[in-house]
Amino acid sequence: MYKQTQSARLIQPLDRLTCSHASTGHSTSNLMNILGTLRTYRFHYLMMLPGLVLAGMFVFYPIFAAVFYAMHDWTGFTATKIFVGFGNFTKLFQDPIFWNAFGRSLLFLAGTVPLQMTISLVLAMVLNMQLLKLSTFFRTMIFLPVVTPVAVIGIVWTFLLSPFNGPVNGLLLDLGLTSRPIDFLGSTETVMPSVIGVYIWKWLGITLIYWLAALQTVPDDVYDAARLDNCRGYRLAIHVVLPIIKPFALAILLISSVAALNVFPLIMSMTNGGPFFGSEVMEIFIYRNAFAADDGSIPQLGYAAAAGVLFGAVLLSLTILQALATRRARKSNAGGAM
Amino acid sequence: MIGLLSPKRIMFGDHAPTAKIALTSAILAFLCLIWIYPFLWMVSTSLKSNMEMFANPGLIPQELMLDNYRRAWVEANMGRYFFNTLIVTAGSVFLVTISTAMLGYVLGRYSFPGRKVFFVAFVATVFIPQGFTIIPVFELLSMMGLSANLFGLTLATSGHAMVVFVVLFAGYFSQLPKELEEAARVEGVSFFKIFWYVMLPLARPMVVTVIIMQVLHAWNDFLLPLVITLANPAIRTLSVGIYAFKGEQSIDWTGMSAAATISIVPVVILFILLQRYFINGLAGAVKG
Repeated sequence: MYKQTQSARLIQPLDRLTCSHASTGHSTSNLMNILGTLRTYRFHYLMMLPGLVLAGMFVFYPIFAAVFYAMHDWTGFTATKIFVGFGNFTKLFQDPIFWNAFGRSLLFLAGTVPLQMTISLVLAMVLNMQLLKLSTFFRTMIFLPVVTPVAVIGIVWTFLLSPFNGPVNGLLLDLGLTSRPIDFLGSTETVMPSVIGVYIWKWLGITLIYWLAALQTVPDDVYDAARLDNCRGYRLAIHVVLPIIKPFALAILLISSVAALNVFPLIMSMTNGGPFFGSEVMEIFIYRNAFAADDGSIPQLGYAAAAGVLFGAVLLSLTILQALATRRARKSNAGGAM
Repeated sequence: MIGLLSPKRIMFGDHAPTAKIALTSAILAFLCLIWIYPFLWMVSTSLKSNMEMFANPGLIPQELMLDNYRRAWVEANMGRYFFNTLIVTAGSVFLVTISTAMLGYVLGRYSFPGRKVFFVAFVATVFIPQGFTIIPVFELLSMMGLSANLFGLTLATSGHAMVVFVVLFAGYFSQLPKELEEAARVEGVSFFKIFWYVMLPLARPMVVTVIIMQVLHAWNDFLLPLVITLANPAIRTLSVGIYAFKGEQSIDWTGMSAAATISIVPVVILFILLQRYFINGLAGAVKG
């Protein structure tokens, strides 16, 4: 995995100059040692301060706070939080709506990332042809949805997919592919595929750029050699080019997966999680329980936080497992070169 | 780095028949037309009357209805939301770029006590989605009295996506040669000046990457602005504004299309003008 490579490289001391005058007095007390360290590296710590404050406030603190809230029964309106221990978690385990949302988040991940990566890879290889004069133009067109705000895209697509006079249904009716309008976002069977399709449309351009960047690293002589061997077309793509750009695939996979977990804006603006919770993913579940009590029920911040914690824990363990697997794969491949 | 994504590789070989290339181009052109159809439809609808929209499914409006734009700008308040989005985007880009560059520089180039802990903490939190932390973030901003103003929104928008950038900067800075840095140190240049005048300019490609990614993030962000503006509609961003418009005027398709067009035209123009930076910047994220 890309990130792991980076961190492994970084663990070796990079600059011995700055380490050489670290305080190493054995006779001084621990406190003096700590103060001495702080003094020696005061510029380092000072420079990290703005970033650490931001991350502390909006990344690290919220993680611990979420765990704290998850242990409490709390409506958000009152100052009193009632400690319930693992009560919220036991309740979650018995809540089918939670498990459905949980599953749907994973389904979304599995439904988008592989398709998005494959389609964009094929497109990247086609656009990478030297003789294709219009590549840049096509790339610009494909990239357009990426720069459009998600909420706008969600709303425009609700119109396009509308069963009442929506252009997509109009086309399907004209072509005779369906005899009556399909309510894409209004039925529980079609809502997830529709949202997944729109998501891929929205973000395909960015994966395309990543693949194009990867393809640029393939040296020219590889193509020359392949041509001499009369290897071209899809054989060249699969047997020659693909193995070379494989290391990039992991980085692209990681970036795409992180992105596919933040689907709140698209689903919220398209369906609000409906119909009948049919497109409710984890983030919508959390939002609905914490902030938006449409049905008039009381917000349950503690319960929502517990859902977040549980989901976050699963993701974190998946990340760790993936990292371990990649490290093992790397080691056996390169003989511990990293 | 510049011009790095110009198409130059050969897939079909030098002697590929022109017909094949022409055919590929034609198919791609057709697919692109379908691809951008939603945009064409949106612009076209924004110029039609509500009546015509139902009667005429074609893309060319019979009569230009500019009143849709007036409604969107005045009644749906898009002008104001546009300005808000601009402030949040610019502010968060500034905060994020400076703070993550400095943090990444120190983490990437120096070894000091606590470095490993920070690094592991950052890498481990990359996967945490926004929904996980939204409740505490909202509570924190409320406690600081920032939960209903643009400054709070800017701060929180900066805080969320920065983890990835720290990791990217640390990776980039760790690869830079150290001769210049050492020469500057021998000359007695201070720690901060070395960073600002020597190292940061060397990291320009990564700075561009981070700026572009943060612009996209801030412009697309929805959950955070939605939650923060619940109590104060005046500070809504474009995304939240258009979402609210949908809730209030669900039948006004043409007005909403006009609002949508208003909200994307500036980014699209910006993108087309600065395309090279966008593309190379994003490419930098995978290349490191």
